[in-house]
Amino acid sequence: MRYDLTQIESWIPEGSRVLDLGCGDGAFLSRLQETRRVQGMGLELDPENLIAATQRGVDIVQQDMDQGLSNFPESSFEIVVLAHALQVLHRPDKVLQDMVRIGREAIVTFPNFGHWRCRLHLGLTGRMPVSKDLPYHWYNTPNIHFCTVKDFEALCADLNIEIIDRDIVSGPTTALFKQWLPNLFGSTAIFRIKACD
Amino acid sequence: MVHAGDVGLVTAAREVFSEALTLTSGRTLAGFELITETYGQLNTQRSNAVLICHALSGNHHAAGRYDPSDPKPGWWDLHIGPGKAIDTNRFFVVSLNNLGGCDGSSGPNTMNPDTEQPWGPDFPQISVSDWVTTQVMLADRLGIDSWAAVIGGSLGGMQALHWAVHYPERVRNCVALAAAPKLSAQNIAFNEIARQAILSDPDWLTGHYQRETVAPTRGLSLARMVGHLTYMSADGMSDRFGRDTRKAPSNTIDSEETVFQVESYLRYQGKQFSTRFDANTYLLMTRALDRFDIAADFNDSLNDAMAVTTSRMLIIAFSSDWRFSPSRSQELVDALLASGRPVSYAEIETDAGHDAFLLDEPYYTGLFTAWMQQVVI
Repeated sequence: MRYDLTQIESWIPEGSRVLDLGCGDGAFLSRLQETRRVQGMGLELDPENLIAATQRGVDIVQQDMDQGLSNFPESSFEIVVLAHALQVLHRPDKVLQDMVRIGREAIVTFPNFGHWRCRLHLGLTGRMPVSKDLPYHWYNTPNIHFCTVKDFEALCADLNIEIIDRDIVSGPTTALFKQWLPNLFGSTAIFRIKACD
Repeated sequence: MVHAGDVGLVTAAREVFSEALTLTSGRTLAGFELITETYGQLNTQRSNAVLICHALSGNHHAAGRYDPSDPKPGWWDLHIGPGKAIDTNRFFVVSLNNLGGCDGSSGPNTMNPDTEQPWGPDFPQISVSDWVTTQVMLADRLGIDSWAAVIGGSLGGMQALHWAVHYPERVRNCVALAAAPKLSAQNIAFNEIARQAILSDPDWLTGHYQRETVAPTRGLSLARMVGHLTYMSADGMSDRFGRDTRKAPSNTIDSEETVFQVESYLRYQGKQFSTRFDANTYLLMTRALDRFDIAADFNDSLNDAMAVTTSRMLIIAFSSDWRFSPSRSQELVDALLASGRPVSYAEIETDAGHDAFLLDEPYYTGLFTAWMQQVVI
């Protein structure tokens, strides 16, 4: 399992109601239903993913997050998850605000564009980074809103969102550095957030 | 010929209920009969029964053939059978002709025991609630305490919703396809045009046409043409007919002439329907449809209505369905979400319009099948 999902799992309370935005084939929710006995619901757009999630016994609603989430009532879930999808949204700020409204807590993971490889690529070649994890070119990428750890934290402050917990994932060689310079050495950021009281 | 995956040859059964039935209209039927069909085997725990609720023009013959030479199988044969979405290897499927129908169940074209004449327009108006009441009696008769699933499309979906709201303890899974919580003004208007077509037929005879052994087939045919048109989408019709012609137009104003394929198609559909369906039943069915409102017993709160359901819920809408558009299904989904109820929802991309729920579209069939496989029996 992807590391960010393992970390999210450890933050999910037993038996909670979990909404997974962009839940893909439902594998993660299905796992949470087993390991954490959560009452899960997924949101997806892709028909193949809707079928796959349904085959796993996951309740799933076909809905476009970019069109808003106003039909989900306030505090209707304990946890709202957005794993590796922040960067594909048209308005990440609006979705984040919806997430902390719908969930008592929200968990967001995203690739950190402040990672040293990205910086090095852009700095040395003068071109947008293309890597194994982010294989698209600037013109065909679904990832239209990249941000860095610092950018995300600044946005949370602007939106009056409290950061409860943060985990930064890095490669094994840079593990030592990431605690001092997370925005430089972290490749994936995992944030646990909620609306400020 | 019996194909793999088909239920094969089927026979209809008659269930006679001799107890009095008080209808929502306040009128009482001394007794009634329902024509049913079943497919698959009821398990020993009696836990694998699935109820199929039919739409406006449907009946009990949902799957299989009566005779190998039948040109067409039952109306939902694409989705009922071994290995299909409603898998008869797992489920015991019950299908019936609703009360007030015209395919054998008590209705306008059956005998009124008091007069020994056909009921005709004297048959009482039936509501969706009445249908579900009779389906409950049928379930009791068959020894089915709770349905593994209650399933329907369009008006059938409304019956499934009524079950989930009013008999939550007897429905474990509910599927509402191309449905709505109630009709819109536009929908009621289309039904009214259809009714007026029937009422203006000279053979209508205030509904007593059976006494004169005639039938308002022209009116019923026109009613069906209007209805059928609204079940298709503009894109679907363009693809299928475009402006294709059958013959060169004549130089007279010939009322019987059909130049365009689409004219011929609609006339054919209308004519076929008018020979198999009863005009009084058509009025009864459209009125039941118009008057249905799932929130009516909950101070018009759809959220409150959905909050009392306990079943797993699958709602499916079809992109080009403008009769019961996806936004109507989303009203149901939003009400379920507002109540914290679990729900699955999909909008199937198709140009087949409202009738898409009868067809086999890979996404629709795939999702429906996957969801039904998760039904615990």
